[in-house]
Amino acid sequence: MSISLDNISKSYGKIKALNAISFEVADGELFGLIGPDGAGKTTLFRILTTLLLPDQGQATVAGYDVIKDYKNIRNQVGYMPGKFSLYQDLTVAENLNFFATIFGTTIAENYDLIKEIYIQIEPFKERRAGKLSGGMKQKLALCCALIHKPQVLFLDEPTTGVDPVSRKEFWDMLKRLQQKGITILVSTPYMDEASLCDRIALITNGKILEVDTPKAIMAAYPTKIYKVSASQTYQLIQDLKTYPETHSVYPFGQYMHFTSNKTNFKPQDLIRYLEEKKHTDIEVIETVASIEDTFMELSK
Amino acid sequence: MNTIRYIIQKEFKQIFRNKAMLPIIFVMPLIQLVILSNAATFEVKNIKFSYIDNDRTAFSRELIEKFKVSSYFDVINEFPSMKAANSAMLEGKVAVILEIPSHFERNLLRDKRTGLSVTIDAIDGAAAGVENVYINQIVLQFNQKARVKLMPFDNQGALPQNIDTIPAFWYNETLNYKTFMVPGILVMLVTMITLFLSGMNIVREKEIGTLEQINVTPIKKYQFIIGKLFPFLILGIVLLTVGLLIAKLLFNIPMVGSIGLLYAYTVVYILVILGIGLFISNFTDTQQQAMFIAWFFMVIFILMSGLFTPIESMPYWAQVVTEFNPIKYFVQVMRMVMLKGAGISDIYPQFFKTLAYALAMNGLAVLGYKKVT
Repeated sequence: MSISLDNISKSYGKIKALNAISFEVADGELFGLIGPDGAGKTTLFRILTTLLLPDQGQATVAGYDVIKDYKNIRNQVGYMPGKFSLYQDLTVAENLNFFATIFGTTIAENYDLIKEIYIQIEPFKERRAGKLSGGMKQKLALCCALIHKPQVLFLDEPTTGVDPVSRKEFWDMLKRLQQKGITILVSTPYMDEASLCDRIALITNGKILEVDTPKAIMAAYPTKIYKVSASQTYQLIQDLKTYPETHSVYPFGQYMHFTSNKTNFKPQDLIRYLEEKKHTDIEVIETVASIEDTFMELSK
Repeated sequence: MNTIRYIIQKEFKQIFRNKAMLPIIFVMPLIQLVILSNAATFEVKNIKFSYIDNDRTAFSRELIEKFKVSSYFDVINEFPSMKAANSAMLEGKVAVILEIPSHFERNLLRDKRTGLSVTIDAIDGAAAGVENVYINQIVLQFNQKARVKLMPFDNQGALPQNIDTIPAFWYNETLNYKTFMVPGILVMLVTMITLFLSGMNIVREKEIGTLEQINVTPIKKYQFIIGKLFPFLILGIVLLTVGLLIAKLLFNIPMVGSIGLLYAYTVVYILVILGIGLFISNFTDTQQQAMFIAWFFMVIFILMSGLFTPIESMPYWAQVVTEFNPIKYFVQVMRMVMLKGAGISDIYPQFFKTLAYALAMNGLAVLGYKKVT
């Protein structure tokens, strides 16, 4: 096991940031930690990267205990914090050199690992890191986190605030790094990125809701789910909420995702109800549950 | 070793790339040195002098003439009455009023004695004392010729009449206040710059988040701290060098003692300041907090250093407190080595106290710096 957590808890004063978290990440796995802001993702990362001590529970990273063997862990992991934290007044090359040096290595030694990413920012290597675009900064940060050939890579919300094209590129890079045998733990608030992971853990309010493959999580959705649309979207939500057979309803793109509390629910009943409420262009279509649906259902 | 070297290199790059900081580090202190050394004087000069001459004789005019030629007095005005003079003093227009009584000349010639009334604005007590001495000296000279007995306003001026004292001022023969002030101000500037920079440096990494990235690396605490602080030691030394050059070339301050000894002591001293700076860094989260705490210590250190006011005249408890003031030792050593030519054995007490202080501060700072929270 590359990462294992057993009953990890951490409180800040009265706020319980993490509440008895347990899960395991296998060697070479691309594992996603999916949850909204404030779910406790960063706290979990800081414990696993030995920056923060847990109040209770045990955790190991690359086979080392996060409390007792923290020195070994620091040699084995790469960490990319959510906030860009390289030296803005040093150039791209200087930043990379700096981190290579303090890890006791050189750029040349592990160049093959970062090559693919580094060649994209190499034209700007004399530019100061603070003057790079968001996507470039992120690539540089990834290079710096990889320069010592870590066994485990921690990426805390790497795609937050990054444009959709760069986000896709970034996930492609992660896939390729995974093929080189690096275990990756990545957190994200974007549910659509969850399906790109091997396995995911859904986390909210410091608690793990579910740990499984994205497919299994979607398949395990308990009831049928319908997407509903009509011309008056706002009125539609209000009316769906007052509909007696409604179990849950929330906006999803241009549709409402609707589930019923009745096992023998018939879409025609809903259409009739909406017509009575003077809605036009009514559509009620059965659809597949997404990670987001599962998340909303579980965190209810 | 490689790691430390690289961190030092990185720190220097960052210092020299910060275009706003460079002038703050080098130009501002030197401007302060030049301005403060010229302005922060204890000499009482340009005293605003006024008089009321009720006698209007050759004698009274001669006495006033003596004040007019003195470089210490600016004769502002002659008042027709004491009332007008008093209201001028109330407004702060004059600092000294000399009233010459009517029949001044006649009484002097006939009775061999007369009185003079002197009123001094004593809001600044120290300056008033000095002014009183100057006035007495001038009247005394006049007296030697005319044998006038001065009667100060408060009637307490006991004057030695026939004893001449000729003082010899050692180490600063001409009583040049710059000789006294420049080494002290130089100490203040070296301290300020090194304390502020080191105090804010690690906090800055905390603020921008780079410390978090550093903390997950296998870098050792001592490597990081040495790498961080060494550049400021160099900066402090460079600042001292430039300051000494200005002291020599611009103010012609005598440098009697060994410059090597001065530098050796300065290195130990800067270690104390860097330790304090690091200590502040550990317990603050923003540069702003660090700055205010550094100021708090700086003001106490400067005012209780003996730079502006002698430590001997402080109350006993304050004198005890000054034992923990590194600036006090540096001011003493600077003045002793530069002006008196003190050797290593003369500054043993200061040297060892500073060394102990450096070890204690840096020890505390290293213990206080935690990579894990």
